[in-house]
Amino acid sequence: MSNTVLEVSDLSVAIRGGDRPHAVQGINLTVDVNEIVCVVGESGSGKSVTAQAVMGLLPKGAMQVESGSIRLQGDQLLTKSDTELRAIRGTRMAMVFQEPMTALNPVERVGDQIREVLEIHTRLDHKEQRARVLEMMRAVHLPDPEQMIDAYPHQLSGGQRQRIMIAAALILDPALLIADEPTTALDVTTQAQILKLVREMQGRTKTGVLFITHDFGVVSEIADRVVVMQMGRIVEQGPCEEVLRAPREEYTRMLLRAVPSMTPPKRSPVTGPVVLQTENLFKTYGKRSLFQPKARVVAAVKDVSLTVRRGETLGIVGESGSGKSTVARCVARLVDTSSGGIKIDGIDIAAMREAKFRPMRRRVQFIFQDPYRSLNPRRTVGEAIIEGPMNFGVSRKEALQRARDLMAIVHLPPAAIDRFPHQFSGGQRQRICIARALAMEPELLIGDEPVSALDVSVQDQVLKLLDEVRRKFNLAVLFITHDLRVAAQVCDRIAVMQRGVIVEQGTTAEVFAAPQHEYTRALFDAAPGRHQEFAASA
Amino acid sequence: MSMYGYLFRRLLGTIPVMLVVAVFIFLMLRLTPSDPAAIIAGDNATTEQVAQIRSQLGLDRPMIEQFVIWSGRVLTGNLGESFFFKKTVAALISERIEPTLSLALFTILIAVFVAVPLGVLAAHRHGSWIDRIVMSFSVLGFSVPVFVIGYLLIYLFAVYLNWLPVQGYQRISEGVGGWAQRLILPSVTLSVIYIALIARMTRTSVLEVLSEDYIRTARAKGQSERKVMFRHALRNAAVPIVTVIGLGVALLIGGVVVTESVFTIPGLGRLTVDAVLARDYPTIQAVILLFSFVYVMINLAVDMIYTILDPRIRY
Repeated sequence: MSNTVLEVSDLSVAIRGGDRPHAVQGINLTVDVNEIVCVVGESGSGKSVTAQAVMGLLPKGAMQVESGSIRLQGDQLLTKSDTELRAIRGTRMAMVFQEPMTALNPVERVGDQIREVLEIHTRLDHKEQRARVLEMMRAVHLPDPEQMIDAYPHQLSGGQRQRIMIAAALILDPALLIADEPTTALDVTTQAQILKLVREMQGRTKTGVLFITHDFGVVSEIADRVVVMQMGRIVEQGPCEEVLRAPREEYTRMLLRAVPSMTPPKRSPVTGPVVLQTENLFKTYGKRSLFQPKARVVAAVKDVSLTVRRGETLGIVGESGSGKSTVARCVARLVDTSSGGIKIDGIDIAAMREAKFRPMRRRVQFIFQDPYRSLNPRRTVGEAIIEGPMNFGVSRKEALQRARDLMAIVHLPPAAIDRFPHQFSGGQRQRICIARALAMEPELLIGDEPVSALDVSVQDQVLKLLDEVRRKFNLAVLFITHDLRVAAQVCDRIAVMQRGVIVEQGTTAEVFAAPQHEYTRALFDAAPGRHQEFAASA
Repeated sequence: MSMYGYLFRRLLGTIPVMLVVAVFIFLMLRLTPSDPAAIIAGDNATTEQVAQIRSQLGLDRPMIEQFVIWSGRVLTGNLGESFFFKKTVAALISERIEPTLSLALFTILIAVFVAVPLGVLAAHRHGSWIDRIVMSFSVLGFSVPVFVIGYLLIYLFAVYLNWLPVQGYQRISEGVGGWAQRLILPSVTLSVIYIALIARMTRTSVLEVLSEDYIRTARAKGQSERKVMFRHALRNAAVPIVTVIGLGVALLIGGVVVTESVFTIPGLGRLTVDAVLARDYPTIQAVILLFSFVYVMINLAVDMIYTILDPRIRY
């Protein structure tokens, strides 16, 4: 038998109503036994479509295989009937998806969701099925399988859910595993564990893995071979080392250049006046009362003290649930603080009455993570930009003129203020959000993961823009991120948060050169491809 | 908190609700400008006769005293005596409740068993002619009034085809066949609007769930489309569907009044209409109190069903 598990040749998938006639075109790739092939590309490159075509799960009506061939262990998949394909899915090829939150059925016990595969494809009785499920749960290192088998998805952490997904995918030892961004929605430390698990499981059963990702860090950790895709076509493919160290194509080089370096650039300390100062900030959710003495009380933020100066960027780095976003929300008074002080230009706003605080709202502006959801789809971007200034008494005409100027500052055509958000790409929308924040002439700009929903090349551009406006308007910036590479490049100082507490704070150079706290070190260890300087090879 | 603890608390919670309802209907009735004593006495009665009837009924006492007496009796299970029908209200309700209950039960069963499959089918064949037919029917069902549908069905099945009786009701004790036969037309009439409502909700809800990631996961496991629909999609889509069914049952109470009139069924709906026309305070009060209690219980049942359908919902 040949060594090839999957052979895709000259595959083209037609798409109805897209911005191009083919979602993917002329795709040639193979996956061998015991090999991990990473497909890298930005959003819209066709990497997920390729995976769905292999699984026979292309959205009906919208996409269709036009030509080419897909062979699994030599069998042509494209001529198989629906019934034949169903028998192959789950047994000889299986798939793990990006969002472990939504990829599991929320109303069914996780054990039953793994067992479902055995129910469909085997004749084992219920007792044998349960035993196999428990065995598999142990194999993916889930703690206390006897308990967890009857749990519902919402009772598990993201990493545990992804282990359940992997268990369900691998329980029948498929020859091919397709993993579509399986770690993108996870924290770095969890991501590192899941990557390790994929490697371990794959090594045990010699599975061929088609691993889809946009993250070159992940690629360098896990790939044997790399396939780079752009606009539905394969740009370059080859052994991992070769592609990462000596890319042949300009597009690959551009992608690699856009990956921020783990080494922070030299920065001189900022000495401007203090704009933001928090003192022993606490935020707790839930409250015990006379009627609910056992109510759950969660301290989201504990004893956080930090300062940001004019012209300075302070990064708050941490994993999900660390409280970093809550700090940002407290500072902007989007949520009330439980205790402690927040001073903006020396004025304590933490306990100020809303009516008194409102005139100060101008000074603190927010840029959110998801540019697709933070602009009202029914209003033009011009309306979005001028709404704030007009609330503060600027005339419509004046505000519109300023909006046009700001569009130029964020490198968008000024005339575009009459367009609607859906007419812009993700990166452009984030530029609009920056313009909207700047329209208020703030002193403090808060970015809550402002680039984590963007592709690397776009991310690079938006980060450059943020740096540009910080200099131009001499802003204080509070930058929330989970990405150490991004933090290294944009922050003057860094505060590392874990479970609501700042565990370490210092200049970016200090923290990256010699992390003091154990947790900071764990974060650095988990960062994918931490020893690799991608930009250097490009 | 355990489910039983929650159930107990919710049951306790119905007490203040019922009290508010009781005060409200009591006041509303006494604030309406008409006098039951005058209606009972008739057009030729003298002022003295009317006053005498009023004092017999206790209507000459202060309102608070009347309320205390009435609510005290209700608490001990005595709903009082009807001014108009010359019977105890309890006896009146017990003889009228069977037709209404039968009609409501038939209606909701027909509605659920027709509407849910129709909605699932429409979602499964999204955009096809089946979908369009179901949706058109749904719009029609919403817009045509109950009495129009009722008379149309009577004309078609009873007058023209002569398959079913025109109107009337037969008690279960007099034979299940006749009972069911007489219920078909009124139930179908009444169910049309609920079929429209529930089918539409089912379609929307199932369609939304079908685009969820876990549906794709199930397909990736090699699951069949039928199982994907029933095991994964329908249960996740169930919460909004159960909500409208619950609402539907509650709204049925209003629909029953009209349907019972069209088909001359001697149920609670007709009793309410007759009692209101006669200003029969004890009967009106008791019937509204009963309807409110049923309404509260349906809401409670719906909330309990949520916790069974979705493990994420806890109290």
